[in-house]
Amino acid sequence: MTDRRQWPLWEVFVRSKRGLSHNHVGSLHAADASMALRMARDVYTRRQEGVSIWVVPAASITASSPDEKDPFFEPAGDKVYRHPTFYDLPEGVEHL
Amino acid sequence: MSGAPTAQLPPVAQYALRLGDDALILAQRLGEWAANAPELEEDVALTNIALDLLGQARVLLTHAGKIEAAGRTEDDFAFLRDERDFVNVQLVEQPNGDFAQTIARQLFFTAYQRLLYARLADSVDPTLSGVAGKAIKEVDYHEDHAAGWTRRLGDGTEESHRRMQAGVDRLWPYVDELFRTDQLEQRLVAEGIAVDASGLREEWHKRVTSVLDEATLAAPEGSWTAPGGGRRGLHTEAFGYLLAEMQHLHRTHQGARW
Amino acid sequence: MYGLPEEAKDTVAGGRAVAASEAELQSEFDQMVAADQRLEPRDWVPDAYRKTLIRQIAQHAHSEIIGMQPEGNWITRAPSLLRKAILMAKVQDEAGHGLYLYSAAETLGVSRDELLDLLHRGKQKYSSIFNYPTLTWADVGAIGWLVDGAAITNQIPLCRCSYGPYARAMVRICKEESFHQRQGYQILYTLAHGSAEQRAMAQDAVNRWWWPSLMMFGPPDDESQHSAQSMAWKIKRHSNDELRQKFVDMVVPQAEILELTLPDPDLRWNAERGRYDFGPIDWDEFWRVVKGDGPCNRQRMEHRVRAHENGRWVREAALAYAAKHQARAGAAA
Repeated sequence: MTDRRQWPLWEVFVRSKRGLSHNHVGSLHAADASMALRMARDVYTRRQEGVSIWVVPAASITASSPDEKDPFFEPAGDKVYRHPTFYDLPEGVEHL
Repeated sequence: MSGAPTAQLPPVAQYALRLGDDALILAQRLGEWAANAPELEEDVALTNIALDLLGQARVLLTHAGKIEAAGRTEDDFAFLRDERDFVNVQLVEQPNGDFAQTIARQLFFTAYQRLLYARLADSVDPTLSGVAGKAIKEVDYHEDHAAGWTRRLGDGTEESHRRMQAGVDRLWPYVDELFRTDQLEQRLVAEGIAVDASGLREEWHKRVTSVLDEATLAAPEGSWTAPGGGRRGLHTEAFGYLLAEMQHLHRTHQGARW
Repeated sequence: MYGLPEEAKDTVAGGRAVAASEAELQSEFDQMVAADQRLEPRDWVPDAYRKTLIRQIAQHAHSEIIGMQPEGNWITRAPSLLRKAILMAKVQDEAGHGLYLYSAAETLGVSRDELLDLLHRGKQKYSSIFNYPTLTWADVGAIGWLVDGAAITNQIPLCRCSYGPYARAMVRICKEESFHQRQGYQILYTLAHGSAEQRAMAQDAVNRWWWPSLMMFGPPDDESQHSAQSMAWKIKRHSNDELRQKFVDMVVPQAEILELTLPDPDLRWNAERGRYDFGPIDWDEFWRVVKGDGPCNRQRMEHRVRAHENGRWVREAALAYAAKHQARAGAAA
């Protein structure tokens, strides 16, 4: 049984030292912003010192990449992923 | 090598073992959560905390060995002492229970450690002040983690509230022991080496009850207080099992290297 | 599916008209793959590619988290504080790797929850190697040396796979993985050069983990149905047999340094091929374990499902708290 509501998805950006900019490093699930920040520190920086972290709800991001081809191109910008579109998920496989 | 009983060691060594055993036994308990946490991210968080504590323990146990000057290593202390020579407080050896009970134990202990290390950073013993200086940042984080979860569980759902209150109630009897002091500690306090545990109680109480309040939880009133005695090597029944699991492999192969 | 409004076909400021036909999209996709370019989350990809990738990444992620169990077993019993710390760090890394991979899978439009549900219902798999038990401390060493060694052999080529998020996750993982293999090797080295009992423990573990490690590379090429398509899509860069051979060639000299034997009487250097020949793998065992009848399949799943179910009230509480606080913040505004 899936959780009816799961912890929302957050995108994580890390600036590993002063002078550089924040880079996208991945995502994680957290219930709220302060949890997301703490978890991002644990998972993506292993608590290094002097690192700056931004966490952003994935749903808040507006994205646009003109050279990505898409039959449903939306001029006003779109979400980061084809999300939350749920596909027929592939079931058991014969081998690894 | 198993060596002299803890009570016969030089006072500073005994003190280092008290703090080191606290950290070691709690790290051992947290290690039981690997692959069992409520969410993958939390598995990482709990293990991070356990690693920090283990790091503190290793420095403190090694320090005790240097002061004793009988050649005992951190592993000799961890694996070759018997129950009555461990001097951790009983709070840290309590079983994990459910996640709420684990968080209650974390809240009580990390709030204590934070106050302790803040003062220990001024110790005239350079190793103790060094451990404390490094650990302050770590335990700040541990305490923040525990307080955050206490709030979420206390003020989350009915079930989480019930479980969190149960965790608080179950572990409250072990809190008093954190603030008991004795002659050994007082002598070291006078020498500028140790921290007077009894002096931490008030601030601890303020901090913890404020978190409990925010979490809509009640601090148990007039409940039973455990007799304690951890600093004198008196533990609870759970402790023997914990040691058996921790020490068995090492003890089976006398003198082996790993 | 292609009923686009006229407006969408117009050029947009800074963009290009992109009402493309599926044939054009497929051709673009093929060109990107052929040119070793990375496909990114908003690119069109064939449905089959997406499905295969979701399955591959998800099963990789599931392997990491199930893999925490056989090793996590030994954290409380590690024979020294240093080994305890190293093992904790390793198991923590595995959780982290699972997270990076779920994160990559989610860019394909599927949620972690859905993937975990498929795992829990037995509809998606994890690497069969973790269906074997860790019976002694030496097993921890054998897993680090052989299992992580095999994983690295598999994973390094994936750092160049065609899907950007997966390739990047693999780069992160590979950086952390070499420490894992080294620590396993060190454990075995110390045991092999220790007491007679320790030596016997090490040899016994290697005897039990050798063949399952070879099976990690999957069935022989001529029995591997999906490989050809995955190779064409560059989400698989080398064949099963190629990688298996590479692994053997890497590991045999390492075993010699350990002074431990590998349980294969047919293992020998073939000067002509410039590689090691090795004996036949028991494919019956392989299929049995894949199909669910290995020593620990049921136990691993039961443990995983139990941890997930036990955590449900915690996850729900965190959401309830977040909702309450959002509501309060809204009311106060």
